[in-house]
Amino acid sequence: MKKVFSRTSSLRDVDTHYCSGCGHGIAHRLIAEAIDELDIREQVIGITPVGCAVIAYNYWNFDCVESPHGRGLAIATAIKRVRPQNIVFTYQGDGDLAAIGTAETIHAANRGENLTVIFINNAVYGMTGGQMAPTTLIGQKTATSPRGRDIGNEGYPLKISEIVAQLPGVYSVERVSCDSPKGVLKAKSAIKAAFKNQMDNKGFSLVEVLSACPTYWSLTPADSLDWMQNTMSKEFPLGKIK
Amino acid sequence: MAHIKIKRDKCKGCMLCIKVCPKGQLKEDSVLNKKGIKPVVFLGQDCTGCTFCGVICPDTAIEVYK
Ligand SMILES: Cc1ncc(C[n+]2csc(CCOP(=O)(O)OP(=O)(O)O)c2C)c(N)n1
Ligand code: SF4
Ligand code: SF4
Ligand code: SF4
Repeated sequence: MKKVFSRTSSLRDVDTHYCSGCGHGIAHRLIAEAIDELDIREQVIGITPVGCAVIAYNYWNFDCVESPHGRGLAIATAIKRVRPQNIVFTYQGDGDLAAIGTAETIHAANRGENLTVIFINNAVYGMTGGQMAPTTLIGQKTATSPRGRDIGNEGYPLKISEIVAQLPGVYSVERVSCDSPKGVLKAKSAIKAAFKNQMDNKGFSLVEVLSACPTYWSLTPADSLDWMQNTMSKEFPLGKIK
Repeated sequence: MAHIKIKRDKCKGCMLCIKVCPKGQLKEDSVLNKKGIKPVVFLGQDCTGCTFCGVICPDTAIEVYK
């Protein structure tokens, strides 16, 4: 009898503060698994965000630097330029990466920085109480769109991955979804590839991970997976964008 | 035979493992864990060791043996 699935060493054996069924826990594990499989733990520097994942550095077993809200890619740029021997990645929510940090995101991508970006799209601001995010779906009810997001008032869900993919400096962009075991395994290979790209000096790689926030979707964790499959992935189609 | 180990006190009772197990090998316990929630228990008749439960678990509460 062999152990075929267990916690990897880059993920600490501690409880997280995340809600039951929260996708952040899955994404954290996938990053840790990718790092251990590539054997780069001693080289990795993670840039943690402001958002529910603000203390992700307590859950990972490698070096991290905490960023002010949205500024992850500015910090990552500086670290990677000064220490090109390190493997530098950012972990950012949709509020962090696609609202307050839009400028940092677009310009780091446009400069073609040799970085890995893990973008967690849960279609809301989780940490601050479930407000509307740029990625909130049309009609989705949030604390600040109580009647549902209305395009006349709030515009369309921002497809930052598709926007970034247009930039010549960007090497790879992929959208995955942690909505099933198969989806989670696909997410893991995309994350691993995005780290490998940086190791091979290929340039800017972004993985957008559709991730459940059962609390502010007002759904059970199980129904959240169905919503991701049936609704969210229609607005945010999965697959390789670049 | 393939089987899983559940770390009872890590489990947050999201029930995602129950949702994805193709063999119906998990169910909600009736006894609370240290977190004060009902965790899942392994029924253990015909687990195939497919790892789906471990892969979906957001809290790394499951180990799979095959
Ligand atoms: C400069 C600044 N502005 C605003 C905030 C408040 N704030 C904290 S987290 C957050 C949004 C978090 O949403 P997201 O990035 O999508 O992450 P999630 O919590 O959903 O994982 C905001 C607006 C802040 N901390 N700092
Ligand atoms: S509020 Fe949402 S994103 Fe934040 S920990 Fe809870 S489920 Fe996760
Ligand atoms: S390993 Fe597969 S069959 Fe066994 S309990 Fe987990 S999901 Fe079910
Ligand atoms: S997926 Fe993990 S946390 Fe959720 S009920 Fe199953 S063992 Fe518990």
